[in-house]
Amino acid sequence: MLSIKNLQASVDDKQILKGLNLEVKAGEVHAIMGPNGSGKSTLASVLAGREAFEVTCGEATLDGKDLLELSPEDRAREGLFLAFQYPVEIPGVSNINFLKTAVNEIRAYKGLAPMEAKEFLKRVKEKQKLVEFDAKLANRSLNEGFSGGEKKRNEIFQLAMLEPKLAILDETDSGLDIDALRIVANGVNHLRSENNAFILITHYQRLLEYIVPDYVHVLYNGRIVKSGTKELALELEEKGYDWLKESVDTEESAAL
Amino acid sequence: MSTKDDNILQELAVEEYKYGFTTDIEMDIAKKGLSEDTVRFISAKKGEPEWLLEWRLKALRHFEKMTMPKWQNFKHPKVDFQDISYYAAPKEKPKVNSLDEVDPELIETFAKLGIPLDEQKMLAGVVAVDAVFDSVSVKTTFREKLHEFGVIFCSFGEAVKEHPELVKQYLGTVVPQTDNVYAALNAAVFSDGSFVYIPKGVNCPMELSTYFRINAENTGQFERTLIIADEGSYVSYLEGCTAPMRDENQLHAAVVELIALENAEIKYSTVQNWYPGDKEGRGGIYNFVTKRGICRGDNSKISWTQVETGSSITWKYPSVILKGDNSVGEFYSVALTRNHQIADTGSKMFHIGKNTRSKIVSKGISAGVSQNSYRGLVQIGKGAEKARNFTQCDSLLIGDKCGAHTFPYIEAKNKTATLEHEATTSKIGEDQLFYLTQRGIDPEKAVGLIVNGYAKEVLNQLPMEFAVEAQKLLAISLEGSVG
Repeated sequence: MLSIKNLQASVDDKQILKGLNLEVKAGEVHAIMGPNGSGKSTLASVLAGREAFEVTCGEATLDGKDLLELSPEDRAREGLFLAFQYPVEIPGVSNINFLKTAVNEIRAYKGLAPMEAKEFLKRVKEKQKLVEFDAKLANRSLNEGFSGGEKKRNEIFQLAMLEPKLAILDETDSGLDIDALRIVANGVNHLRSENNAFILITHYQRLLEYIVPDYVHVLYNGRIVKSGTKELALELEEKGYDWLKESVDTEESAAL
Repeated sequence: MSTKDDNILQELAVEEYKYGFTTDIEMDIAKKGLSEDTVRFISAKKGEPEWLLEWRLKALRHFEKMTMPKWQNFKHPKVDFQDISYYAAPKEKPKVNSLDEVDPELIETFAKLGIPLDEQKMLAGVVAVDAVFDSVSVKTTFREKLHEFGVIFCSFGEAVKEHPELVKQYLGTVVPQTDNVYAALNAAVFSDGSFVYIPKGVNCPMELSTYFRINAENTGQFERTLIIADEGSYVSYLEGCTAPMRDENQLHAAVVELIALENAEIKYSTVQNWYPGDKEGRGGIYNFVTKRGICRGDNSKISWTQVETGSSITWKYPSVILKGDNSVGEFYSVALTRNHQIADTGSKMFHIGKNTRSKIVSKGISAGVSQNSYRGLVQIGKGAEKARNFTQCDSLLIGDKCGAHTFPYIEAKNKTATLEHEATTSKIGEDQLFYLTQRGIDPEKAVGLIVNGYAKEVLNQLPMEFAVEAQKLLAISLEGSVG
């Protein structure tokens, strides 16, 4: 589904991604871990098309479509969803109205007529329940005055509503208490299917106890330096990143 | 901000004005120039009584002695008052009793603007319309129905003829003909406008609306609106306006006077969409208007709501004199400027009576290289025990070449008053835009959503049908803002 080859990207002329490769197939959940500054959030931003990030080399395709060619809105319409690390507040714009616009823009892109109001509301109710999102929040202005946890849960609610092919969760677990984490994880687990895929960007192994990934990758210094299964996350939790950093740094200096 | 969003925001300038057509119709146009003869000519055309002519002449004499103000936050454009025609009317304007007698060109013009004059086609009788084309009122709908309730809704000219006692009693009592230079000019040369009288205890059964259209070239529009809500009555009134696209600037200097007697309430809404000029700043309307209401009786209320998207320069401060005890004044405003547009607008609240309350909510939106100023005055008089004011003025910037300014003034002469002032300035963030586009929303629509969200508190004050229109207008005005 997602294929990233030798992706290199920089921000303000500073290279952050230095040749990243990743293959994600439908039905899979990949976790990307790594120390601060390794390029995890940059990867999310580059895939979603944030302008400040410049791709200098490499390719990224979603079901064969060149993502890097597309505008952010077209990437979204092709089925890429980013759950933001810091969701913004947009005062006065109702959550529901925003979602209705988003749903219908995506439908229009696919040549479908706008969703009937009744059907839309039915879906809202259904998904609210699925991801345990408070109906009161759904009717408020977009993220305005939401707590950190509520904002993150709203991301998952939006994810449920938009039914993307590929969802990237950028540190969705950060700042969540254990109950909120469980709710978010349950939501994601309900939404997992054979037809979609997830990339979980996280610092902590804790999230992976709730959402069990098929693969775990360690991102360091702009590249994936180790891949494995969920056991790798446990190992990282136990030993930290230093042992990996050392071996990578040694390798790199040897290569020079 | 990144290059793409820059482009997005720069293109804000591009969208065409949708009401820029002209109507080809035979007009009766006065010679250019301003003099006593001009005033006499207009007064004679309108068949006015002597007292009104005298009133106009007094205004003219005052106007001739006045100098242009200098305190505003823009360079006062050169207006050659001798190069303007002060009267333009469709020829042979009949006394219109039915639609058949209105020139079909005019009917079509208003239909194009979305203002059907055919009562059958109106929104199931929810709104009565007075349509003013250049200097004269073309047609007022639903007069008979309103008549049943004793409501008078007609053109100013007709009011002078049919209800001279009311006009004489109230004209100039809120905005004297010597008030300011443009009010004086208006008093001297005003040609038409709307007149409303709501009798005691009557809740006006429908929204009243006046639709102003400038058509003729080299003319100015000087209408005058007078609304009187007698004791215990209620009326909601809306005005809309458009003009053709022309390279020259045209002057619109209107005066609106509102009078609310005891326990009465007037709600006055404006959706102003005069031609704003092209993207280089050529042409457009100078919208220099004096709007003031007086809560004359106890427990009365006046509420102004304005959505200002047009005009090359908008310069006005809808105000309320809170004379009656416990009276309430409100001002809700959205002013959007783009390209080279200028807005210097806000409100004045004069607290005279006890326990008077006022609220000002101003939302400025600036894009392009436009300049948007909020200017307001809250004045608490000596006797205004326990007066209260809440002022909130917010500015939203789109792009980095525009300006937002606030000039709030407070004068309090009574220590029991409570005054609150809040102000914010924000920018449509790249983050907000990216968030919405990441959900598949077109960048242009995203800006529209953000702006409408920002202006929501004000739009909510508009009557339902007009709120929808205003929302569309804000979105359309910003079309092309994103690419």
